[in-house]
Amino acid sequence: MEQNQPTPAQRRVISLLVENQNGVLARVSSLFCRKGFNIDSLTVSTTRDPAVSRITVTLRGSQREVEQLLLQTERLEVTRQIFELRPDNSLQRELLLLKVECDATNRSQLWELANMYKAKLLDMSPDSMVVELTGKPEKIDAFLTMFEGYTVLEMCRTGVTALERGGRHPHMQKPPQEVRAVQLKDIELTRHPAKGAPARPAADEAQP
Amino acid sequence: MKLNGSQIFVEVLAEQGVDTLFGYPGGAVLNLYDELYKNRDRIRHILTAHEQGAAHAADGYARATGRTGVVLATSGPGATNLVTGIATAYMDSIPLVAFTGNVGTALLGKDSFQEVYIEGITVPITKHNFTVRRVEDLADTMRAAFRIAQSGRKGPVLVDIPKDVTANVCEFTPKAPELIRTVTVYDEEKVLKAAELINTARRPIVCFGGGVRSAAGCQPLRDLVHKGDIPATYTLMGTGVLDYGEPHNLGMLGMHGCYAANKAVSEADLVIAAGMRFSDRVALKPEAFAPKAKIIQIDIDPSELGKNVPVDLSLAGDVSYVLQAILPHIEQRYHMLWTEQIEAWQKNDYHPKDSDTELRPHQIIEEICEQCGPDAVYVTDVGQHQMWAAQYLHHTQSRGFITSGGLGTMGFGYGAAIGAQVALGTDKRVVMLTGDGSFHMNLNEGCTAVSYGLPIITVIFNNQVLGMVRQWQTAFYGKRYSCTDPGRRTDFVKLAEGFGAKGYRCNTIAEFRAAFADARLQKGPSWIDCRIAKDEKVLPMIPGGGDINDIIME
Repeated sequence: MEQNQPTPAQRRVISLLVENQNGVLARVSSLFCRKGFNIDSLTVSTTRDPAVSRITVTLRGSQREVEQLLLQTERLEVTRQIFELRPDNSLQRELLLLKVECDATNRSQLWELANMYKAKLLDMSPDSMVVELTGKPEKIDAFLTMFEGYTVLEMCRTGVTALERGGRHPHMQKPPQEVRAVQLKDIELTRHPAKGAPARPAADEAQP
Repeated sequence: MKLNGSQIFVEVLAEQGVDTLFGYPGGAVLNLYDELYKNRDRIRHILTAHEQGAAHAADGYARATGRTGVVLATSGPGATNLVTGIATAYMDSIPLVAFTGNVGTALLGKDSFQEVYIEGITVPITKHNFTVRRVEDLADTMRAAFRIAQSGRKGPVLVDIPKDVTANVCEFTPKAPELIRTVTVYDEEKVLKAAELINTARRPIVCFGGGVRSAAGCQPLRDLVHKGDIPATYTLMGTGVLDYGEPHNLGMLGMHGCYAANKAVSEADLVIAAGMRFSDRVALKPEAFAPKAKIIQIDIDPSELGKNVPVDLSLAGDVSYVLQAILPHIEQRYHMLWTEQIEAWQKNDYHPKDSDTELRPHQIIEEICEQCGPDAVYVTDVGQHQMWAAQYLHHTQSRGFITSGGLGTMGFGYGAAIGAQVALGTDKRVVMLTGDGSFHMNLNEGCTAVSYGLPIITVIFNNQVLGMVRQWQTAFYGKRYSCTDPGRRTDFVKLAEGFGAKGYRCNTIAEFRAAFADARLQKGPSWIDCRIAKDEKVLPMIPGGGDINDIIME
């Protein structure tokens, strides 16, 4: 449980499939707030199943903190599945809108910089420009450091949105009485059905 | 068949086997109460003086029986008055379903009269909660509430019902209640590993909590203790699970636990933690809890495993099933040296002295046990008397000790005692132990006990001060008694009589003996005002954040 301890600063991405109903975001964020989990970003989106929403959370925390977040969140009735998206088996993207002050003297420098990162120019005004960049969070961080010498007027990041690689992730209705298995690789809580307990549907063992 | 929301409400309650509910009427629940009136032969409604009392009563009902307690309140203030009761049940994992009325759906969100967003208010203190916006959803939502309250780690669920939903009509199909199954998932390998740890330990100890009672795991726990010859200690919530005559019973653990139990944990080489969560009143210094031991934790809630104290082996599942799985692998053992060592510590434990001239708490409690025998149910409020009760009540059944552990709700007792007495019938002896501080919070429920003829005996440990806080002020705040000496002149005898109950006052143990014997003959409630000294303390005591070396014995 304690091995493979990541450095506390490492960014972790959690994907959460929840019932798509009134107040579900309030329930999840209330839990994070009262348990003191420090969240970097949180995005909510629909899925192809209208009954299910996907919440993607990024946070920095130790293995222990992330385990607690997964286990506590799993206790919510609205949670269908929760799992960590590891960098090696998932795709993570974020979108940035950046408004930088510019004038005739540095406009071409900035334009070049944006091009280097394949950022899109969205707006050009006499005193400013707005660029759009999509990429991994690390790429966006790197891009932003390049603007340290310039005056950033405003910026907005969407937060991470992420999907696991390969196959379709089934959105199973969780059986009401079942103790749900958290998909955590290192966690000590690997469980097998006891005698007399209904077996979990195979499709629910989602991690490829 | 076509039914309106209120009829559906009653039908689903009946379908779920609910024959008693506690509550208080109001504008938003008038339709429900009208239907309850028509069905008063099927479902008994107990009217309390205050919604908080109703919530505690439903909680006490659940604690006394293991069944789901049900409480009903109106919108707005009715709903907010339930909050403390719901939070109390949540912290102690008690199955409770709270129904609240609300303004009609057209008025929701408009700051209407007696409107409050109770769903939002109770999110952090319920397992789950619902607002029913369509009558078509009412029946299944109620069924889900009962299922959630009883499944897995038990707890409270709230269902908010706007007024128009109770009047609207829809098709209703009766359904048999779902079987509540608590699915246990555990790893055979871990069971064997646990058994191996237990079989090879030289100084093992069992620490158990309220989870053992919730899981009906008392017998497997006793079997484990006997077969492995393992001494056992418990948290406040585990009080009563193990018989007091049992030689392996070391008494309570933690802040006001006994010396021997705390010492044994600090010296043990194996701790088997069953249905307990290492709260800060038990593991006062989590990093130094059982420093020489490996820890096995068994809990139904995976998020509790290793949450407060790191553990060496964790098993997620119903305590009863997990223990039954481990038991066949346990070898019959005798830990002679370990037992002798613990007995030596027990000789050095704190033993209070008797007195004939002034009332001492332990003597009062011994007298109560003496007169009530092993079958009585004891309910406490919160404070010094609660700790004395846990330490000295040596006659409780597994569901015979009802107390607010996690939340520590002063004012819990009288409502809970009413719930327990209603659940168990008036032939069963229910004794409520309280302090003058706690009792002042909810003694208004005295009128309820009188109305329903509930023969609850209330023993008031009256030291005229807020004793537990004062004890801390004595020990840690240089005897600056800030707001703990309220100078109240309440005459509990007259007050009891004012409610229509019987009142007694006593200053010596002989007077108490006579008063209690007379109270046992009463048909209705009685209050016994026991005058004890201001400076009575709960001992031993380990200060918060301390360990066995910091224990205060005098």
